[in-house]
Amino acid sequence: MAKETIKATLWGALVTSALAILIIVGSRNLAHFDAALVGYTFAVLFATFGITYRYAMWLQRPPTALYWKRGWQVFFRPRHLSRNLAQWFGRVTGEFALNRFIFRRSKSRWAAHWLIMWGCVMAMAITFPLVFGWIHFETLPEDIHWYRTYIFGFSTFAFPIHSIFGFMIFHGLVWASILVIAGVMLAMRRRMRDHGAAALQQFGEDFLPLILLFAISVTGLMLTASYSWMKGYGYDFLAILHAITVIFTLLWLPFGKFFHIFQRPAQLGVGFYKDVGERSAQAQCRRCKEAFASRMHVEDLIKVEQQLGFKYEIDDATEHYQWICPRCRRSMLALAQGREWNEEVKR
Amino acid sequence: MAVPRHNQFFIDPNRCIGCQACVQACSECDTHKGHPMIHLEYVDRAHSVQTVPVVCMHCEAPTCAEVCPADAIKRTEDGVVQTARKPRCIACNNCVLACPFGVPEMETELKLMMKCDMCYDRTSVGKKPMCATVCPSQALFFGTMEEIERLRPRSTPINQFKFGRQIIATKVHIMIPKTGRAAYIDVTAAMDERSMGKDITLMILDEMLDVRG
Repeated sequence: MAKETIKATLWGALVTSALAILIIVGSRNLAHFDAALVGYTFAVLFATFGITYRYAMWLQRPPTALYWKRGWQVFFRPRHLSRNLAQWFGRVTGEFALNRFIFRRSKSRWAAHWLIMWGCVMAMAITFPLVFGWIHFETLPEDIHWYRTYIFGFSTFAFPIHSIFGFMIFHGLVWASILVIAGVMLAMRRRMRDHGAAALQQFGEDFLPLILLFAISVTGLMLTASYSWMKGYGYDFLAILHAITVIFTLLWLPFGKFFHIFQRPAQLGVGFYKDVGERSAQAQCRRCKEAFASRMHVEDLIKVEQQLGFKYEIDDATEHYQWICPRCRRSMLALAQGREWNEEVKR
Repeated sequence: MAVPRHNQFFIDPNRCIGCQACVQACSECDTHKGHPMIHLEYVDRAHSVQTVPVVCMHCEAPTCAEVCPADAIKRTEDGVVQTARKPRCIACNNCVLACPFGVPEMETELKLMMKCDMCYDRTSVGKKPMCATVCPSQALFFGTMEEIERLRPRSTPINQFKFGRQIIATKVHIMIPKTGRAAYIDVTAAMDERSMGKDITLMILDEMLDVRG
């Protein structure tokens, strides 16, 4: 087995074991663990292993490894730390909570993504702690109309069951489903009408995630409809159907489009790397003498290219093709072709 | 759908007249609406009118994809290197700096790299890319190998390029003289080459002087 694979397998095993231990500890030796949800738990544990394995493999690719290392280095550089911390909060809000960069790409794309993202975040924040037995509710001995919330087995706040707060809490997954379904509808509309999307989209990469999210949301809503208005009609069947959709999605999480959820935070590290690069020494094109990138970036890229086996070294004062700016590269293509024709004229 | 194998892209920068029609047409493409992805570069603006249209050359082993930390650039089975996948691109700029032809563009505000994808919405259904459709001088030509051989009897297409010690093979071809028999175009060897306008002008003047003399 390759060294990278062994490393990724060990990381996967470590993180999965840590989560398993947290489930046992957080549910107080499984005292608050709901055995009916065991299928979900094992699916999450599998997904954790898969995601960690893929993430660890991804981090070992030369360009990713370098950015990972540099991202942390530039973030904690004492000279830039206070500014970086301030920017971190701004970026987490603007880029992650609000998805501002997607808004600039397209408003309909943003609306779809934002609704799906917050629907999924809400749903995960509710279901994962419940499945792991980290949160449970108990009625108060003195008043059965009140619930007390226990987090990791510790007693916290109490609230009346038949209150607006109680209604909102216990229907949290309904609100999440509505957000997700609205987002999926917008995304599906774009995929069916946009010519550009139609040319590039693939079933597994682009439609399957939407179908899965829709299936989870609709079967979840059907459960609520069954016990709220239909006296539990078909509840057992619906519960199994819902479990199948969720478990399939969890198992597929490490392999498909949803993996971008775990890759996206790299954007933060890249942001700090670029900021520090802009404030540092610049690389001058060795042909036109214009600055075109940070010196750090060019030097790092040369290392990455060498690790990948590219041989862009030049045997003169230019040293490496990476020291030529993109504009000069475009011009040089024309000049190189012109050179062939000039030689033809001379012949 | 895939780009039919018999259809190839041929570029002859010598024929470019700098009319910008390709730039305007490119921004009409459905996969990158409103953003022209073709570069129409002035080779030496101060001294020459020489221009070059640069589209993605669709390398067989794309450096841009290899250096992408987010694995956002994919090559289709028919050899078209796609623009960055929107969910994955983290706007690091590696591809922009690494592409040997200087093709990808960074849209910093969108946190997205964009580049020519050979009008995949069109070429995958058998149509021509927008730029090749409108190019009046046919500096950008999309068609079969037989067509280009018939239309340009003095030229031959080549798709191997040398940068330093690295040779890159591409899906897109550049037209060079048939008699040259070069195995590749040595791009870095043209580092100090002067723009064509200067040389041609001087050569024409020389010839005129010879005739008069």
